[in-house]
Amino acid sequence: MDIFLQQVVSGLATGGIYASLALALVMIYQATDVVNFAQGEMAMFSTYLAWSMLNAGLPYWVAFAATLALAFVGGLLIERIVIRPVENAPVLAVVIVCIGLLVILNSVAGWIYSYIQKPFPSPFPNAPIKLGNVVFGAHDLGAIGITLVVLLFLYVFFRYTTLGLAMRAAAQNPVSSRLCGVRVGWMLAIGWGLAALVGAVAGIMVAPIVFLDPNMMAGILIYAFASATLGGFTSPGGAVVGGLLVGVIENLVGTYVRFIGTELKLTVALAIIVIVLVVKPSGLFGRVVVRRV
Amino acid sequence: MSAPSRPLALTVLLVLLAVTALLPFVLSNFRLFQFTQVFIYAIALLGLNMLTGYNGQISLGHGAFYALGAYTAAVMMDRWNVPFLLTVPAAGVLCLGAGFLFGIPALRLEGLYLALATFSLALAVPQILKYFEHWTGGSQGLVLTKPDAPLGLRLTPDQWLYFVSLAVLVFLMIVAWNLLRGRTGRALVAIRDHPIAAEAMGVNSALYKSLAFGVSAGYTGVAGALSAGAIAFVAPDAFNVFLSITFLVGIVIGGLASISGAILGALFIQFVPNWAQDISKAAPWAIYGVFLIVFMYTMPRGIAGTAQALWGRLARADVRSSPAKGGLL
Repeated sequence: MDIFLQQVVSGLATGGIYASLALALVMIYQATDVVNFAQGEMAMFSTYLAWSMLNAGLPYWVAFAATLALAFVGGLLIERIVIRPVENAPVLAVVIVCIGLLVILNSVAGWIYSYIQKPFPSPFPNAPIKLGNVVFGAHDLGAIGITLVVLLFLYVFFRYTTLGLAMRAAAQNPVSSRLCGVRVGWMLAIGWGLAALVGAVAGIMVAPIVFLDPNMMAGILIYAFASATLGGFTSPGGAVVGGLLVGVIENLVGTYVRFIGTELKLTVALAIIVIVLVVKPSGLFGRVVVRRV
Repeated sequence: MSAPSRPLALTVLLVLLAVTALLPFVLSNFRLFQFTQVFIYAIALLGLNMLTGYNGQISLGHGAFYALGAYTAAVMMDRWNVPFLLTVPAAGVLCLGAGFLFGIPALRLEGLYLALATFSLALAVPQILKYFEHWTGGSQGLVLTKPDAPLGLRLTPDQWLYFVSLAVLVFLMIVAWNLLRGRTGRALVAIRDHPIAAEAMGVNSALYKSLAFGVSAGYTGVAGALSAGAIAFVAPDAFNVFLSITFLVGIVIGGLASISGAILGALFIQFVPNWAQDISKAAPWAIYGVFLIVFMYTMPRGIAGTAQALWGRLARADVRSSPAKGGLL
C-alpha cells in the first residue's frame, strides 16, 4: 500500500509537469487550431535561458521571472513571424512549419549550449518530507504547488479580465470578435506567448529531474500529447486532469506491470494516444466538434 | 507530366540512367556508398510521398517502418542466414501488412491527430527496439556482413549494393508511376483534396486510405532493408524521431506529390547535411528547419513542382491540366 501511495504521489508530481505542457498545447490549439509540435523545444529553450541567467549569478526567483517574461515575448514573436504566414494554410503546411521550428530550436540550443547534460538547480530543499511511511521529495511537492499556482493564475486571467475575455472570444468566433473591435491577430499572438510561458514553467520544473539537455523534452512532449488527448484537446481543465492521470498511470504501470517496467514508458504514452483517439477521439472532457459540410 | 516532347524527356532519362550505371566504376567506395544511400532514401521518400503528398495523410513516423524493414532484414540475415536479396521483399511484405494494419485505426484520425499519433510512434521506436533485445541485440544493435555479389559477377560488395538499390528504385518508381497516374492515383488525390466529394463519387475512401498506408509502409520497409545491407549495421538509436523528420524534409524539399521529387529530396538529405556538418554538428538541423519553413512559404510544391511549373511556362503548356497539382497547398 505504501508503495502504491508513493507511486501515486510521484505520479502526480510528474503529472503536474505534463499537465502544464498539455495545457500549453491546448491553449494554442483552442485559439488557433494548431497543435504546436515545437512546444517542447520552446520549453527546453526557455529552460536554457534560465540556466544562463542562474550561471550569471542571478537569484533563482529573479531568473525564474525573467525567463517567463522572455518566454512570453519569444512565443509572441514566433506567432507573429513564423506562424502567421501559414495561418490559413492547410494542416500539412502548419505541421511542417511547426516541425521546422522544433528542429531549429533543438539545433540552435545544441549549437550554443552543446549536447552535454547539465544539472539544473531546484528552488526547493533537498530533504525529503515524511508523512507516515510515505516519503515525498520536496521538489515533487514544489512542482505540484507551482503548477497549481500557474493554473489558478490562468483561470483568473481568462475568467475575470477583459483581455482574457477578448482572447476567448477571438478563439471562439474570430469574425464576430473582429466586428466587435477585438484585434484577433494579436489575441492569437498573446495566446502563443502565454503558452510559451506555461511551457517555460514546465521546463524549469522538470529540468532538475531529467537534467538539462536539448533533447530533454522529447519524452515529456509525448506525455503531454497523451495528456491533452486523454483530457480532450478542446478542454483546458481536461488537459490538466489528463496530465495528472497520465502521470499516475505511467508510474503505476511502470511499477506493477512486470513486462513494461521503465523500458517501455514512451510506448505507454503511444498506447494511451492511440487508444483514446480510436475509442473516444474527443477525449474525456472535450466536446465533439461538429463540422458543417 | 506536361513535358512538351516525350522523346526529349525519354532521351534525358536514358542518358541519366547510363551515367548512373557507369558511376560505380569511377567513384571511390565512400562516394559510391553515399549514392547507394541516395537511392535508398529515394525509395523511402517515394513511399512517404504516396501517403502524405498524394493522399494527404500526414505521417511523422515513417522512420518506424524504415526501422521495421531494416530489422527484418538484419534479423533474417543474422539469425537465420537468409540471403540478403530475399530479405528485401520479405521486409517489404511485412511492412506492407504492418502499414495496412496501422492504417485502419489511422482512418479515424484526420490531419493533426494522425500527425500526432505517428509522431508518438516515431518517438517510441528506439525504446521498442531495445525492448526486444533477444531479437534485436538491444542497444548494441546487430553487426552484419556486407552481402557479396553472386558468383560470376566481378563486383565489390559496394558496387553490388549500388546496383541492387538502383534496380529496386527504378522498379519501384515504375510501379509507383503506374499506380498513381491512373484511377488509383486520381482516387488518392481526390480523397486528399475533398474527402466528402470523393466518397460521393463512389471512391471507397477507407480502402484506399489504408491501402495507401500499406503500400507506403511497404516502400519504406524495402528502403530500410536495403539500408541494413548497405550499412551492415543496425542499432535502435539510428531510428529516432529525427529520421522520420528527415523523410519529411526530403519530400517537402523534393516536392510533395511528385515522383521525381523523391530523388531530388534524397539528394538533398544525403549531401546537404554532409556539407553543413563542417560548420557545426548542429548546423544540418538548423538548415533543415530553415529550409522546411522557407519552402512552405515560397515553394510549397518543392523543387520538382517548381521546376515543372517553370518548364510548363517555358513550353507554354497548360500546367493546370497536370493531375498532380491539386488544392494541396
